[in-house]
Amino acid sequence: MAERVLMKGNEAIAEAAIRAGCRHYFGYPITPQTEIAAYMAKKMPKIGGVFLQAESEVASINMVYGAAAAGMRVMTSSSSPGISLKAEGLSYIAGSDVPALVVNVQRGGPGLGGIQPSQSDYFQATKGGGHGDYRMIVLAPASVQEMASLTIKGFNLADKYLMTAMILADGTIGQMMEPISFEDAEIETYEKPWALTGTNCERKHNVVNSLYLKPDELEAKNFERYERYKIVEQNEAMWEEYMMEDAELCVVAFGIASRVAKNAVAAARAEGIKVGLIRPITLWPFPKDALAFAAEKVKGFVSVELSMGQMIEDIRLATQCNKPVGLCNRCGGMIPSPDEVLESIRKAQKGEF
Amino acid sequence: MAVVFEKPKALTDAVFHYCPGCPHGIIHRLVAEVIDELGIEGKAIGVAPVGCAVMAYDYFACDMIEAAHGRAPAVATGIKRCRPENVVFTYQGDGDLASIGMAETVHSAARNENITVIFVNNAIYGMTGGQMAPTSLPGQVTQTSPYGRDVNHCGWPIKVCEMLSTLEGPEYITRVAVNNVKNVKNAKKAIKKAFQNQIEGKGFSLVEVVSACPTNWGMTPQQALEWVESDMLPYYPIGVYKDRTAAKEGTV
Repeated sequence: MAERVLMKGNEAIAEAAIRAGCRHYFGYPITPQTEIAAYMAKKMPKIGGVFLQAESEVASINMVYGAAAAGMRVMTSSSSPGISLKAEGLSYIAGSDVPALVVNVQRGGPGLGGIQPSQSDYFQATKGGGHGDYRMIVLAPASVQEMASLTIKGFNLADKYLMTAMILADGTIGQMMEPISFEDAEIETYEKPWALTGTNCERKHNVVNSLYLKPDELEAKNFERYERYKIVEQNEAMWEEYMMEDAELCVVAFGIASRVAKNAVAAARAEGIKVGLIRPITLWPFPKDALAFAAEKVKGFVSVELSMGQMIEDIRLATQCNKPVGLCNRCGGMIPSPDEVLESIRKAQKGEF
Repeated sequence: MAVVFEKPKALTDAVFHYCPGCPHGIIHRLVAEVIDELGIEGKAIGVAPVGCAVMAYDYFACDMIEAAHGRAPAVATGIKRCRPENVVFTYQGDGDLASIGMAETVHSAARNENITVIFVNNAIYGMTGGQMAPTSLPGQVTQTSPYGRDVNHCGWPIKVCEMLSTLEGPEYITRVAVNNVKNVKNAKKAIKKAFQNQIEGKGFSLVEVVSACPTNWGMTPQQALEWVESDMLPYYPIGVYKDRTAAKEGTV
């Protein structure tokens, strides 16, 4: 049996990153993700790595950009207001096609918001955040085990597709402790002939750049990038289905909300309501096919979110609005109880969405 | 036939896009000559700014990266911390380094980040067409200070070398100019020292090069160089503002 260790979600991310070969971490303190930086500060100097506390989130993401361009597995972590500051760098990283891992342990917003868990950066993570046409691979862990395994997966995907992989977690999973194992981790490595290593006077200079003043060149670059994104959409969508085989109703939830939803689905089943759960693990690419397939059999959906309803738009898009989609939400750091979710399932059962 | 003068190897064959009379050409050349003389082209990695030198990545033959506006020292930090054996430099203008990127400048200096910063101060935003810069002189007419820079309204120009030299962190902070042959020669010496410091692991070295912008100053190249002498240099005096090694050795 695999060895299991008890870890906090944030620490699991840090340990997984190190195991994935990340030796460079640049960050700036913000609640509720500071354990990641603390873990890195302790570990990195002992293993020949670099932990550097930057002067700002803006500086830290640009240090990540430099390190990524230099060909390293590199990461930063922050929480919602800090991710807004990193948005500029995320756009440059995307425009330069270099790989990076960015963790957002979400807290309530907008503005300074609060420090309690939230999922209200869904739009920011899946629709952009920074300027320009670009995507990030967005991974949404729902357990401490997934904090670790999706971090490793994120590094692999980032290198494979030359994109930013974002771990979109929340304060709850960041702070809670669960037993986890690292033994199944598969570390993939990729050649990086584009990296800044110095030419050694043996090759033409490498240029890492997002500036294309000729519009046809910029357009071609964007088209090329979106061809790559298409492959990601085709191959990398991940989701979990729970009690969907005979479901007539479908609850959709990710991250911590999915754990509450799972309890509510089980309780609803006990009442005889045929309901299931689809839990997107990748938020981009969104598991559109799974939702579209479900829409053919269920009479409606309930989106359970810690926001004012953001993923709900992607559910409507994926199902082409063929079925009604209800919203069961809390926000600002509040989390719905299983009873609240159960109540929305009961309503949906009666056709009230 | 003996070759008496040629293009430095550290420059590509790309044609500069700079305006006639712009000293960026001189400063690029000085950096490239230093890279040649130190034999570091193969391990140099340059960081281009946003501003007139935005396309420096096309001009330097070493590996290059284009940073966001003001972020070059952070990008350089990321590269240098990954590849300490490489020689990492930034090339930035006054808007980039002293306005939007001031935090990155100050903190990379405070950390004594082992990088070389070439800071071109021509007291104006050139690329965007001549707006007031953090280093525009009091009374200087620009597109966004059409009645002259009013210090009561928008504050005083920032003296970067003087400010950075108050920090414990940096190794070498110096100001040079390229408005005449003597100054160009001294500028090259300073640039070379700034690269040598990095190779010797001494830390953060910044060379402020007082430059000119004939196009946006509305002057001929000749007048612009004269204005550097008459107006810029009195406000931004040439000199070594910090040299830790020299101070330690008692040579300053």
